[in-house]
Amino acid sequence: MPNTKQLEDFVSQVRRDIVRQVHQVSSGHPGGSLGCTEFFVALYQEVMKRKEGFDMDGKDEDLFFLSNGHISPVFYSVLARSGYFPVEELNTFRKIDSRLQGHPTTHEGLPGIRIASGSLGQGMSVALGAAQTKKLNGDDSLVYSLHGDGELQEGQNWEAILYAAGNKVDNLIATIDLNGQQIDGSTDDVLNMGSVRAKFEAFGWDVLDVEKGNDIEAIIAGLNEAKSRTGKGKPVCILLHTIMGHGVDFMMNGHAWHGKAPNDEQLEKALAQNPETLGDY
Amino acid sequence: MKKFTNSGNIDTRSGFGAGMDELGKTHEDVVALCADLTGSLKLNDFAKNHPERFFQTGIAEANMIGMAAGMTIGGKIPYATSFANFATGRVYDQIRQSVAYSGKNVKICASHAGLTLGEDGATHQILEDLGLMKMLPGMTVINPCDFNQTKAATIAIADHDGPVYLRFGRPSVPNFTEADGKFEIGKALHLVEGSDVTILATGHLVWHALEAAEALEEKGISAEVINIHTIKPLDDEAILNSIKKTRCVVTCEEHNYLGGLGESVSGLLAKNDPVYQEFVATNDTFGESGTPAQLMEKYGLNTKSIVEAVNRVLAKK
Repeated sequence: MPNTKQLEDFVSQVRRDIVRQVHQVSSGHPGGSLGCTEFFVALYQEVMKRKEGFDMDGKDEDLFFLSNGHISPVFYSVLARSGYFPVEELNTFRKIDSRLQGHPTTHEGLPGIRIASGSLGQGMSVALGAAQTKKLNGDDSLVYSLHGDGELQEGQNWEAILYAAGNKVDNLIATIDLNGQQIDGSTDDVLNMGSVRAKFEAFGWDVLDVEKGNDIEAIIAGLNEAKSRTGKGKPVCILLHTIMGHGVDFMMNGHAWHGKAPNDEQLEKALAQNPETLGDY
Repeated sequence: MKKFTNSGNIDTRSGFGAGMDELGKTHEDVVALCADLTGSLKLNDFAKNHPERFFQTGIAEANMIGMAAGMTIGGKIPYATSFANFATGRVYDQIRQSVAYSGKNVKICASHAGLTLGEDGATHQILEDLGLMKMLPGMTVINPCDFNQTKAATIAIADHDGPVYLRFGRPSVPNFTEADGKFEIGKALHLVEGSDVTILATGHLVWHALEAAEALEEKGISAEVINIHTIKPLDDEAILNSIKKTRCVVTCEEHNYLGGLGESVSGLLAKNDPVYQEFVATNDTFGESGTPAQLMEKYGLNTKSIVEAVNRVLAKK
């Protein structure tokens, strides 16, 4: 198990990877990626039960599905640095003939990816299906998923949320990245959703908040708490309170950096705030 | 010409149900999903005999398709079922991203396709589903003609690794293909040999094509009838070989002429061997309420329409 310092070093390197990927092709989504960096590192480096290598079926290991596929830069960086594919391949992000498409896909055979995502609102249904198959197979490992808060505006989520509770899919931990931002502005301004907790609870889920969604220890504690609540007849939801753009000061506290790439000068500023630890690709 | 015997009218959706019964016994990885239409899809027996493998999603087709995609991860073979309108048009993006682009082994099985669901009217009568599904890269598209062939196709697609759209219907129609026959995806079936015109038919129109060939024979016209149960991949060789002989074609389908079998055939012939073609299909229109027979008459999808189309194409030849 890595210690906290090692995990924080990992986080710093992933943040560098995120801004460098997006800068190189002048496109991509740094804001949500930076905000979820600690979550991905905690999940892949500490919490999930993972097998060596990658096979699509993922029997007897925990599975993860990214529903808000636009935060692919953080997903790719953490997958590469967790051993799924060579770190150098991050150089190909969003370029022609790459396995690292703008949004994640199984289509190019990138290890670590089990579903295409990008068109929003589909990931929870997929995670539910995978969770049901685990139960059929007598496989007691877990299914994790991540969703944007703005993404909850897609109706398919609520079909899935209803199904999961009604059918006691209790081997699923769905995390909502509650950063309060979406492309057009704050979620409150674009479409005020009221209390997300109250909604999930009303639908019959077991909900827990991780208030410090950019604190690796707090996330690990939250994920472990969520794990302890599985197998009890209810699907589990984590409300992860993050800050979009976290770790790069000028990208924080707003929606401006949802889908915008830094220029050369901005890249240097961002990198200066996140020291190289594991080695740049 | 070779005669076919109707062993009794029965709906093609019951062929699907019978196929699922058999798969329930023979393929333990087959699971079924249904969005509140268990009886309409003839899945009652599968649900009763294999409750642990039957997933009732409620009236929520988008979630059903996404779940089906997820269920493949770990080795299940999900059959996601609904009416054709709700199994395709309503959930096109879910099929596109989570199933087709993701390359998932999901079987989308759709009843009540076309006009012949009858009185429910145009909201339920999808005439665009073949086009929607065939445009998706990697999707296999199958439209069997009767109970026996639907049952055989239902069983055969379990052993095909990849997404499939299987389309069938509600009305009782003649059952004339071989019972427990083998179904080969993509392999067109020559039903009648002929030399003057090629009739390519799919789904419910295959029986009408056989009736038309008989009527034409009485007028001294020799029609070749081929059952194109697989729209994609199309059996190019069977079609081109027949056209080489007859030099004209009539395509027949319970679907819009845009996007359907006829259009696939036009594309094949334009590239390889252009000949005159007539379309027995709906003409860029929605349907309406009525009995199946009334609708097929009004929209030009019956035996008489095929005979007329043959006469038109022969006049141009």
